[in-house]
Amino acid sequence: MEATFKERFSLLQWMQRRLFASWFDSAATIVLGFLMVWVVWQSLDWAVFRAIWSLEDRDLCTVDAGACWAVIEDRGRLILFGLYPYEEQWRSTLACLIIVLTIVLSCLPVFWSARRLILLWVIGFGLFVILMRGGIAGLSLVTSEKWGGLSLTIFIFSGVFLIGMPLAVLLALGRRSSLPVIAKVTGLFIDFFRSLPLLAILFSAAVVIPLVVPEWLHGNKLMRVVFAFSLFFAAYQAEIIRAGFQSTSQGQEEAAIALGMPYWSVLLDILLPQAFRNTLPSTINQAVITFKETSIVTVIGFFEIMASGNAAIGTGEWGQQFVEVYVFVALVYFVFVFSLSRYGAWLETHMRVGHG
Amino acid sequence: MGIASGFGFLERTTGWPVSFSLVEVSPRSTYARVLYVGLLNTIFVGLMTLVFATLLGLVLALFRVSNNVLMNLVGTTYVEIFRNVPVILQVFFWYAILTHLPGVKDAYELGGVIFLSSRGLALPSFAYSGMDILILISTALILALLYRFLSKNFGRHISALVPVVIFLLVAICLLYLGKPPDEALISIPELRGLRFKGGLSIKPEFTALLIGLVLFGAAYIGEIIRGGLLSVDKGKLEAASALGLSNLQVNRFVRIPLAFRAMLPSLANQYVWLMKGTTVGIAIGFPDYFAVISTSINQSGQTLELLGLLMVGFLLVNYSIGLLMNLINDRIKLKGRN
Repeated sequence: MEATFKERFSLLQWMQRRLFASWFDSAATIVLGFLMVWVVWQSLDWAVFRAIWSLEDRDLCTVDAGACWAVIEDRGRLILFGLYPYEEQWRSTLACLIIVLTIVLSCLPVFWSARRLILLWVIGFGLFVILMRGGIAGLSLVTSEKWGGLSLTIFIFSGVFLIGMPLAVLLALGRRSSLPVIAKVTGLFIDFFRSLPLLAILFSAAVVIPLVVPEWLHGNKLMRVVFAFSLFFAAYQAEIIRAGFQSTSQGQEEAAIALGMPYWSVLLDILLPQAFRNTLPSTINQAVITFKETSIVTVIGFFEIMASGNAAIGTGEWGQQFVEVYVFVALVYFVFVFSLSRYGAWLETHMRVGHG
Repeated sequence: MGIASGFGFLERTTGWPVSFSLVEVSPRSTYARVLYVGLLNTIFVGLMTLVFATLLGLVLALFRVSNNVLMNLVGTTYVEIFRNVPVILQVFFWYAILTHLPGVKDAYELGGVIFLSSRGLALPSFAYSGMDILILISTALILALLYRFLSKNFGRHISALVPVVIFLLVAICLLYLGKPPDEALISIPELRGLRFKGGLSIKPEFTALLIGLVLFGAAYIGEIIRGGLLSVDKGKLEAASALGLSNLQVNRFVRIPLAFRAMLPSLANQYVWLMKGTTVGIAIGFPDYFAVISTSINQSGQTLELLGLLMVGFLLVNYSIGLLMNLINDRIKLKGRN
């Protein structure tokens, strides 16, 4: 009896402290409380209670009904797979799962060594490309012009990460080089890419390069865009790695060199592991930003999930269901981005990384 | 191909219309003029974004550091939703919402002077010319500086109301003197056929881009400000309350100024990012600098020259922000120790 009284008493105290501490607090609590209940109720009412779920009831999707999720049933495959051939879409699904698995595995501390990470990503990305492209092992050939939806988003993201990361290390090394010329030139390069909008860089790569460089250097449009995106990513990531280098004491490097270790070993075994570990939260933050920014390639004519979402409502048939489609696409992004950023926050508090 | 290289093309007329502009522009304008319009649009929408996103971000940050659980919850939910969805998707969303509003005939109206329809927002406007607005801005600046100078150097306390009243007087005088005799003082939008005539009409492209960028940017800026607020030493806040300052006063006179110093560098980065973020406007047809350049490349074929101008434009804008933030940083950083 006494315990319950105490609990009740402490609950009251807690409410007094955390909800009604002053007249301003009380007013805010009441107003926000009503507002929240209203917003949550309206959203639930729209998205669940009054929603139309199946394609058979699509005639009921009038303005008065709630969310018309039938559009997702009808156009979901277009949104997720783009123009990828219908019978082959299991390959696209499997390829996405492989990359997700690769990301999850590289979040485990077991894989945190340069060799294992590189091996993991090369295998994961290789499998992804083989599955998506086909042409071998009895899989029919699907060229990259037909890739679309979520798998294209994931391809751009992992491609940028895979090419951009080594480039970033090179740039960071260049920037701290003892040769002033190299340090200045890489510094300029990094500043240049950081001060331009990503869209302008991708646009130049997609549209302008074919006009000014010889034909044999063109490559395919997707590769050019991924490469340009990697340069942009590398310019940002290089600054993060440079901060990591600066957080390891100079003495360690000097000691290793004094012991006669070759430079590549100093770099691979002493400097880089610490630099990465110390800046892991910023690196994950950069990955999160990169994942979101893949959506920008929509503007230069790629059919990734943002563009396929727009295509799904582009026809008159589902033109009124834009809210449902955008919410669906937003949810897909949210799942990836939110879990990555939660992982980053968890690392920061639990693994004691990111504090030097 | 008959395309001469060099910047001669800037003198040619473009032949295509620009849908949003602060200054006069037509298909007969030159490329130089149109590029200027684009740069102005980028700066305009960018600055508006920075101002509103910072204000909203400040509110969010205060919500998130408050003692009130409900305020924390609202702030956190907002930040997680708006930060974890790409900005281009948000801009598309708001654009779709705005263009699916009822047509001009069934526009939402407020007191018969403000109309919101799928064609945009129509507001009443004062009959000021560009010159008048320039005079008004410089009057405001001079009054602000004078007020600061007088109250600082002569120790006289003057009510802040005085410069405001003077400014309003000047504004009213200008309105009466400067307008052409046959024009109304205040122009109210009126439905004429399929569009509104008179007043100020704001295109949905601009509104959607602004809303999208502000809501997205506020989530990031809110987190930066929150970090700054949390970095303020608790002892200083307790000392301020012990001195008898109210909660609001502690925030206004102690916490926010101290936090400002800590967060300025990240804030500068975020501002540059948001300025660059205005380029997503091209996706919904807002003619910002990048959009105008891209159309010019298509129309004139002067690829390299235009790309050069694009880079110069953005370097200029971003370096000005960096310079300004550095100046502020120099003013507010801890003095004495270096």
